[in-house]
Amino acid sequence: MQECRNEGSLAGEGLVSLNILTFDYIKEFVMLLSIKNLHAGINGKTILRGVDLEVNKGEVHAIMGPNGTGKSTLASVIAGREVFDVTEGEILYQGRDLQKLSIEDRAREGIFLGFQYPVEIPGVSITNFMRTAVNEIRKFKGLDPLPAGEFLRMMEEKKQLVEITSNLTNRSVNEGFSGGEKKKNEIFQMAMLEPTLAILDETDSGLDIDALRIVANGVNKLRRHDNAFVVITHYQRLLDYIVPDFVHVLFEGRIVKSGGKELALELEEKGYDWIKKEQE
Amino acid sequence: MESEANKILDEVTQGDYKYGFVTDIETEYAPIGLSEDTIRYISLKKKEPDFMLEFRLKAYRHWLTMAQPKWAHLNIDPINFQDIIFYAAPKKKKEVSSLDEVDPELLATFNKLGISLDEQKKLAGVAGVAVDAVIDSVSVKTTFSDTLAKHGIIFCSFSEAVQHHPDLVKQYMGSVVPYTDNYFAALNSAVFSDGSFCFIPKGVRCPMELSTYFRINAANTGQFERTLIIAEEGAYVSYMEGCTAPQRDENQLHAAIVEIIALKDASVKYSTVQNWYPGDKNGLGGIYNFVTKRGICKGANAKISWTQVETGSAITWKYPSCILLGDNSVGEFYSVAVTNNHQQADTGTKMMHLGKNTRSTIISKGISAGKSNNSYRGLVRISKNALNSRNYSQCDSLLLGAGCGAHTYPYIQVDNKSSIVEHEATTSKISEDQLFYCQQRGISAESAIGLIVNGYAKEVLKQLPMEFAVEAQKLLSISLEGSVG
Repeated sequence: MQECRNEGSLAGEGLVSLNILTFDYIKEFVMLLSIKNLHAGINGKTILRGVDLEVNKGEVHAIMGPNGTGKSTLASVIAGREVFDVTEGEILYQGRDLQKLSIEDRAREGIFLGFQYPVEIPGVSITNFMRTAVNEIRKFKGLDPLPAGEFLRMMEEKKQLVEITSNLTNRSVNEGFSGGEKKKNEIFQMAMLEPTLAILDETDSGLDIDALRIVANGVNKLRRHDNAFVVITHYQRLLDYIVPDFVHVLFEGRIVKSGGKELALELEEKGYDWIKKEQE
Repeated sequence: MESEANKILDEVTQGDYKYGFVTDIETEYAPIGLSEDTIRYISLKKKEPDFMLEFRLKAYRHWLTMAQPKWAHLNIDPINFQDIIFYAAPKKKKEVSSLDEVDPELLATFNKLGISLDEQKKLAGVAGVAVDAVIDSVSVKTTFSDTLAKHGIIFCSFSEAVQHHPDLVKQYMGSVVPYTDNYFAALNSAVFSDGSFCFIPKGVRCPMELSTYFRINAANTGQFERTLIIAEEGAYVSYMEGCTAPQRDENQLHAAIVEIIALKDASVKYSTVQNWYPGDKNGLGGIYNFVTKRGICKGANAKISWTQVETGSAITWKYPSCILLGDNSVGEFYSVAVTNNHQQADTGTKMMHLGKNTRSTIISKGISAGKSNNSYRGLVRISKNALNSRNYSQCDSLLLGAGCGAHTYPYIQVDNKSSIVEHEATTSKISEDQLFYCQQRGISAESAIGLIVNGYAKEVLKQLPMEFAVEAQKLLSISLEGSVG
């Protein structure tokens, strides 16, 4: 104990110099995603025209905007989908240039994309799919595969978290799933993989109010001080359940307005027309 | 979008054939080429009784009158039968009765292939697998023969059966596939070398899996194996077959016959994992695989089930079939055929419904990649007397990339009004969406393709005995490595 106190006093001296070391160090520590002047498109057609966005750990950001303004493109570009070309700008994730990482390495580094239209993989059970994913990520981190028993316990725990029934995980990935089941499955996978940055692309579309609540609860239970969420949505409705720290409006490939959660309410009330007018 | 998916598929490594090694063993050959003398040589080497030589010569003379069939969707370079060696056998010092006497070089070869010929390795209390190991034209060792004999089961090489059980051979050989059946069946009947013989007596359930492992080792040599399985009334057996060959630039011929006879209430399950050398990425070399497999459900309630995973060979021509003669008999065909690079496969089945209330199921999954062509060809025939019979066929094709082809040739003939035939067919691709979804979860493109392909083939793979299923799953992924251009 005596020794501890001595060290404590040393640390006290250190604090002074930390203040002098400026804010940059802390900023780097909490900053998860930094997008600067991002231009991207597909087949020669430009969709994103200079997106700037900063996301820190512990935050929830909502990205809203009319159809066809580049919301899903932004999500796909962060995840590394190869059909999109980044023509200008940079994306830093935990201080690293994301563009140098493959799709799977981005995922292994903690980026998760909740799909708007999750694809079916016939004959592959969710259990088998998740086990492959979990173990490939563990391998990447230099860990041994999770023993079967432990993996199944983890599955049970996460299933309860997102309120899904056990027979869903025995079925083939998304095959014959209802819209609600598909989205719950996305949240379940997110819970299993415990991402650092989760991007949910219109997870609320096509959900009835009960499914919406379950999905939102899942997200809220997974919120922590060391992870962050980017929630892409059309409607304010979801944001009644997942309360964002920031709301951004994406319009014609740029974030044209940012604000607190009240901005979402304003958009709900007035629609996007006034944003369009402001831009003209 | 598609070109992206193709690029990813293309990048998924460049896998090499794992079994392409050659074993350096002293081998004894028949003189090159085919003539009555060749046949007499083979028969003499095998010390066969007269009836066998006569059978061979009749088959040969018939073969001379036939021409190679052209109806399959295959491009086959002309085969010069005078350039082929029809018999090659590892020289043995003396007759082998125990494992200690088998050439260590041969044992090492089979160990390298993952086939254990050591009966001691069987775990206590676990049902083992009895193996007949065939290299080139001869069987080198059959395991567990003694154990099986206690149940009255005969499991030995075909050559031994000719020596020790000539009456059974005489009674059943050629009864399901006569030598007149087709060009390659006639050729096999003339020059067949070795294969397995299984006889399961009345009421016996074979206590272990029986399997034959075929290995081609010698160059310029054809392998012409012949297998005969007889299940008497109420008997049951599960039989597995595996095969590999060294990597060579020239094509090698493999023309086999398998006959199955299932009597009343008998059930035979036949599983194949065919992994002959498929040729290189440019289509050089590889095995020409022309196989006639057919079973007959002779008595009521008999059942024959074929499961095949076909990943090897430059050319595959193979239609494991069932003649459903007994009332209420059942025929099944489960198939996964993978073609990559320049491989060609024309494979399927024939279900001949003759008895009443006969049922058949056909599940065929074709997977094509590279510049390969993969065809399903099937015949379902329900005769006038096969009242209340049923067939269900499902033929799915999965295409990996734009350079390959999938074809389906179903033939259906129903001659009575009380029977029902269903046929479903689909063609699909591994989409860029599926790959991206898997990769976004941290799964590499390579594992993703393996996962998707195995999911696609699941219905068939689950039919395989456990000993085979795991190997088959790995094989499916490996066979598609380096796919699509």
